[in-house]
Amino acid sequence: MNSEVMFYLLAGMILVFSVLTVTSRKILRAAVYLLFVLISTAAIYFMLEYTFLAAVQLTVYAGGIVVLIIFSVLLTSHISEKAIMADRKQSLLSALAVGAGALLTLLTILKFTFVPSALPAQTSTVTDVGNALISYERDGFALPFEVISILLLAALIGAIIVARKEKDNAIIK
Amino acid sequence: MKEISSAIQIIPLDSYIMLSVALFSIGLMGVLFRRNIIAVLMCLELMFNSANLLLTAFSSYHSDPAGQVFVFFIMIVAAAEVAVGLSIVVMMKRNVESVDINLLNRLKW
Repeated sequence: MNSEVMFYLLAGMILVFSVLTVTSRKILRAAVYLLFVLISTAAIYFMLEYTFLAAVQLTVYAGGIVVLIIFSVLLTSHISEKAIMADRKQSLLSALAVGAGALLTLLTILKFTFVPSALPAQTSTVTDVGNALISYERDGFALPFEVISILLLAALIGAIIVARKEKDNAIIK
Repeated sequence: MKEISSAIQIIPLDSYIMLSVALFSIGLMGVLFRRNIIAVLMCLELMFNSANLLLTAFSSYHSDPAGQVFVFFIMIVAAAEVAVGLSIVVMMKRNVESVDINLLNRLKW
């Protein structure tokens, strides 16, 4: 009962703050609303007892990505600047398309009956997840883990190269 | 073995599905009608978040903790995407003095 109330509270918070993120005209406020959405999602992960995932959500999303977004907002626009929205016709058309897509998805999914697993619930501590990430046996994820770390490194170096000022080269010469 | 006390038994799976579809639709709306490129990136984050939520719910429903690892990988890919996207935004601001997405019209087919 208690966790039911909690879930619907969190779901309501997620929906309200995501609508505010999308519709807010001030871009910095939208970033803060996004932060609330991400924290509420982390709370739902905690309710599902996925503590590792919740911790990663808090550190990577709420701690890293939102700060990065706020930095680039401050670099690219004035705080008091009002955002321009699309014109009426375009937003109406997109609302229509999105609504139709959501309706179709819900109709298809809710008709399907999912069978819950008969297995007993497996508790997964942070240790289990860590072992799974570095194990190279069955149910291990060592290779994807290495590949994704190379991907992250490449993306970060690429980001630095893209955002760097070109003029530095000329000065060195 | 510890009995499953988590939310997935009390709350029906359909609630998770509906929450996730709603969140995805809101994010997609934002991608379609916001014109500031940073706002579009934030709406992409919302869509990522809804996919992660659904994956987690199903992982808990099937009591298969491997879903956690997949969500972890998705989060890392999202972090890489945001880093590259924001550096492109900074670059665009430097080159065309604006973050309006309509200025990139010529990239459209």
